[in-house]
Amino acid sequence: MSYGPKPWHQSNWDFRAALNFIFGGAGAGLLVVAAFSGLAGDALRAEMLLGMALIGAGLISVWFEIGRPLRAINVGFNPFTSWMTRESFAAGAVFALGLAAAWLGSQPLAQAAALTALVFAYCQGRILQAAKGIPAWRVPALAWLNFTTALTEGAGLFVALATLFDTPAKGVLAYFSLALIARGLAWSTYRGSVAKSAARPALAALDRAGKILIQFGTIAPLALLLLGLFAADVARIALLLAGVAALATGWQFKFVLITRAAYNQGFALPHLPVRGTR
Amino acid sequence: MTRWAMVADLRRCVGCQTCTASCKHANATPPGVQWRRVLDLEVGEYPAVKRAFVPVGCMHCDDPPCMEVCPSTATRKRPDGIVTIDYDLCIGCSYCAVACPYQARYKTDRASFAYGEPTPAEEQRFDAKRLAVATKCTFCVDRIDAGTAKGLTPGIDPEATPACVNACITQTMSFGDIEDPHSNVSQLLAENQHFRMHEELGTGPRFYYIWDKKEEA
Repeated sequence: MSYGPKPWHQSNWDFRAALNFIFGGAGAGLLVVAAFSGLAGDALRAEMLLGMALIGAGLISVWFEIGRPLRAINVGFNPFTSWMTRESFAAGAVFALGLAAAWLGSQPLAQAAALTALVFAYCQGRILQAAKGIPAWRVPALAWLNFTTALTEGAGLFVALATLFDTPAKGVLAYFSLALIARGLAWSTYRGSVAKSAARPALAALDRAGKILIQFGTIAPLALLLLGLFAADVARIALLLAGVAALATGWQFKFVLITRAAYNQGFALPHLPVRGTR
Repeated sequence: MTRWAMVADLRRCVGCQTCTASCKHANATPPGVQWRRVLDLEVGEYPAVKRAFVPVGCMHCDDPPCMEVCPSTATRKRPDGIVTIDYDLCIGCSYCAVACPYQARYKTDRASFAYGEPTPAEEQRFDAKRLAVATKCTFCVDRIDAGTAKGLTPGIDPEATPACVNACITQTMSFGDIEDPHSNVSQLLAENQHFRMHEELGTGPRFYYIWDKKEEA
């Protein structure tokens, strides 16, 4: 078998790993917006439990991928340098604080859980950044794109759920708009930073996913938010669509990032051997 | 302080894959797993095509990204520079595999054998500990340790030298202590122009490639 210098797609992490980033990011983002949106009582409890369920689903998904699932506890052995260990610690804190918040209906505890959820989302971005073998992942800009899309997905999910019962508060919509803009800017920065390092097929996959992220995940939701602001009769359906679009496009981007754009470094020779006479 | 390093003289390699075969034999790796392999690279376009054979594997980096990301501390680095994996600690998350820029790590989820059913030799050497965990080149650390315990010199005495180096038919590969200025590898690097792969990533690989003799002053 010949391995040429051309990079090929990594085969170590598949959709199960992608689901950890997909569900984990959205769950963390949901906890943040739920805790700071002024929700209380059963509504707060439901949102907190849903956010934790998403994070849990992501972790269970990746648990199915590891080779030795019965040793999963060993994931916590290297907090000094491994972002995967730090992610697991953050997840533990999210569950401890989040479950206490849901049990007691406590807003301060929910906010503490939300802060640890922010750490969790940040750790997920740094997990990818530390993967030096994958040029499309190892740039610092990806950590921020991953972080902003987590916030955006959580806000989108929150808005979509809120429209099922009522029109979301203006503060939530303003936060959602800012998150959408931040994610669009983070995508632009990220795309620029991988332009020279990532393999051509990786860039092609990223460009397709990025186009969807910008058109259907940024411009369309912002337009729908504006529509909702000025056309009260269609406001709820517009906001529902905006939330779903922000969530779905973030998920598709992360799926592509892990399973389609993760070409490895390949091999490169800065010099060819000089044989015989020169 | 001893720091083991590998040197491959690319001018000598003929791509015979004897090192690959000897590694498989010495380490009993399953089908599809090649801790030592030789790339067959064609560079350029007709008629200016050049061919190079490049032995690759774990580079035993100074600053190994695989060790930094490992959540279980299964991947460690010895004082002599050899990067090891503790199969009893590894959870098989493959994070090290995506962190390695040299595609040196493997994970085999199920037992597999060259002819389906295990041969008597495969049966005897099968190690269930290696299933579903990360594996990679160890620089034949067991041979090095056993050899040095007997007072032998790795890279000089075959009994203490990695199997791939012993098997190389063209003396492409050399192994030795890079901290010793009189060692075989230090001498080779002093006399020849060399590079390390993906050096720009800051991993500090301990695998050097010689590509030409040094320009005369």
